[in-house]
Amino acid sequence: ICRLKVIWDLIGNKSFCSYKVKTKTQQFCRNEYNITGLCNRSSCPLANSQYATVREEKGLCYLYMKVIERAAFPARMWEKVKLDRNYAKALEQIDENLIYWPRFIRHKCKQRLTKITQYLIRIRKLTLKRQRKLVPLSRKVERREKRREEKALIAAQLENAIEKELLDRLKQGTYGDIYNFPIHAFDKAMEKQEEETESEEEEEEDEEESGTREFVAEDEFEESDLSDFEDMNNLKGSSDEEEDAEDQSSEEEETEEELEEEKTKAKSKGKTPLKGPIRKKRAYVEIEYEQETEPAQKSKAT
Amino acid sequence: MNIDRVRLPGPQMFRKMEQAEGEETEKKSESGPCFPPTFSVSEIKNKQRRHSMFLKLKEEKRKQKLELKKKKKKERKALGDKAPPKEVPKTIENQRIYDETTVNPEDEEVAFDEGTDEFSAYFNRLTNPKVLITTSDRPRGRTVRFCEQLATVIPHAHVYYRRGLALKRVIPQCVSRGFTYLMVINEDRKVPNGLVLCHLPDGPTAHFKVSNVRLRKEMKRRGKDPTEHVPEVILNNFTTRLGHSIGRMFAALFPHDPQFVGRQVATFHNQRDFIFFRFHRYIFKNEKKVGIQELGPRFTLKLRSLQKGTFDSKFGEYEWVHKRHEMDSSRRKFHL
Repeated sequence: ICRLKVIWDLIGNKSFCSYKVKTKTQQFCRNEYNITGLCNRSSCPLANSQYATVREEKGLCYLYMKVIERAAFPARMWEKVKLDRNYAKALEQIDENLIYWPRFIRHKCKQRLTKITQYLIRIRKLTLKRQRKLVPLSRKVERREKRREEKALIAAQLENAIEKELLDRLKQGTYGDIYNFPIHAFDKAMEKQEEETESEEEEEEDEEESGTREFVAEDEFEESDLSDFEDMNNLKGSSDEEEDAEDQSSEEEETEEELEEEKTKAKSKGKTPLKGPIRKKRAYVEIEYEQETEPAQKSKAT
Repeated sequence: MNIDRVRLPGPQMFRKMEQAEGEETEKKSESGPCFPPTFSVSEIKNKQRRHSMFLKLKEEKRKQKLELKKKKKKERKALGDKAPPKEVPKTIENQRIYDETTVNPEDEEVAFDEGTDEFSAYFNRLTNPKVLITTSDRPRGRTVRFCEQLATVIPHAHVYYRRGLALKRVIPQCVSRGFTYLMVINEDRKVPNGLVLCHLPDGPTAHFKVSNVRLRKEMKRRGKDPTEHVPEVILNNFTTRLGHSIGRMFAALFPHDPQFVGRQVATFHNQRDFIFFRFHRYIFKNEKKVGIQELGPRFTLKLRSLQKGTFDSKFGEYEWVHKRHEMDSSRRKFHL
């Protein structure tokens, strides 16, 4: 009796026990025979000569008992009794084996048995369902893959590739007549119809050159004029093509043109109706006019 | 002059020895910093001088390089038309090990195979795609949103919540309801990281690793939400036989006739075995210029395995599995 008290004094309350795990509020006992898992005077298997536990191995529950008669034989100290699989019968077995034992140990053994059977049932249920398979990732490999992905992204030049593919599809005509860019036909038409347009322009110029147009024409056929003339060529080319190519769908084309205007506002210059070139001619005319009137006014003023 | 440059206020012998060394080397040289072959910048102990020597070395190397370039240019000019063609720089794509399974466009065998494989039904316009998108158990917010956005990108796509169902039981139900594709997005640590794409009536199952998922609101300068129009599909760089079948798999996700009115395009671009998915809206400014604006989500895929039948992890017959030690040993070998 004194022996147990000594043992508890040595390992128990405030002193060192290798099974003891201390937390801020509580002390736990890591001894595998401990019935409650806490470090207490009544639940310490080392400091109690008469002790019992319930443990499970591979799905079966066993009752372990330790009595003072076998305290001198550590190899035979724990008596192992196999408990029934049926929960109720196992409880009866515990009662039968621990018949004159202290209430605390009996109660705790039954509680432990209950807990164990509950978690065994849960394990069996879970194994029937799908389980997550944990695949270990190698950090080195992940980093390597990430770097390679970045490099591949840079090498891919996605936006260029997508744009190129879309333009190729446009050229091949997969979009049909939705977009009215007269693409390569347009280029050929440009070359073919340059003569026609030039002749037309010359005619117009002759008509309007009655009077004071002569030297101004040279000045104005510079940079901005050239671009305007290109657009005019475009226009005339496109308009001619449209008239030539399609008989029925002229109205459709006009509506499509309008739609296009809404869509592609940047193209407004090229898609204005046929009055465009004439308008621009008139713009030049206006400029001339202003230049001429100004000196006249000045002369009048003076 | 050289002596003055090298001299430093310090009576230590070591330094004098170095000075002497420096002097000698400099005296030997005719013009400024020329270095005899046995001299190495790293042998100078003094950090400042070592640094300045190194800079001089770099300068000289740069000059030499420029001279070489000029000379080459002159030679090219002089030769004119007879000049040898310009050298193309080596890239990983250039140096790629030639894969024997690369598909030739006119290959009859491949054409025959494709006429009779599981996608032939789609490509012969017998079936219309219908996609079921789901996740692994208990998806987190990011994955859920990703699924929703995917459903807007892919027409005729339905998102269903998983609720712990076994895929093997889901598949016959999907088949009976007329779905052609089952897409399962696997999630780990609140982020989607895997994709299982299963072609339903007995089709191949592809398992991908998903990375770099960007949802719509994380994208800069994006456009408005995608409309209901059927997008076009662009498949880039699927060259090998395996790549071809994966490409067809992606193509069969979308309905046949894209509505060009919608001006939307979904791109699957393969580069070095990474498949980049992008969703854009395009607009043709003129016949030579097109503007694209990124809508929808973006992500990258990497193929991990291709299985012949529907999803069956235990007894399935794998057509292709990514084996790291065999396939990742060479940096110039790609499989898609």
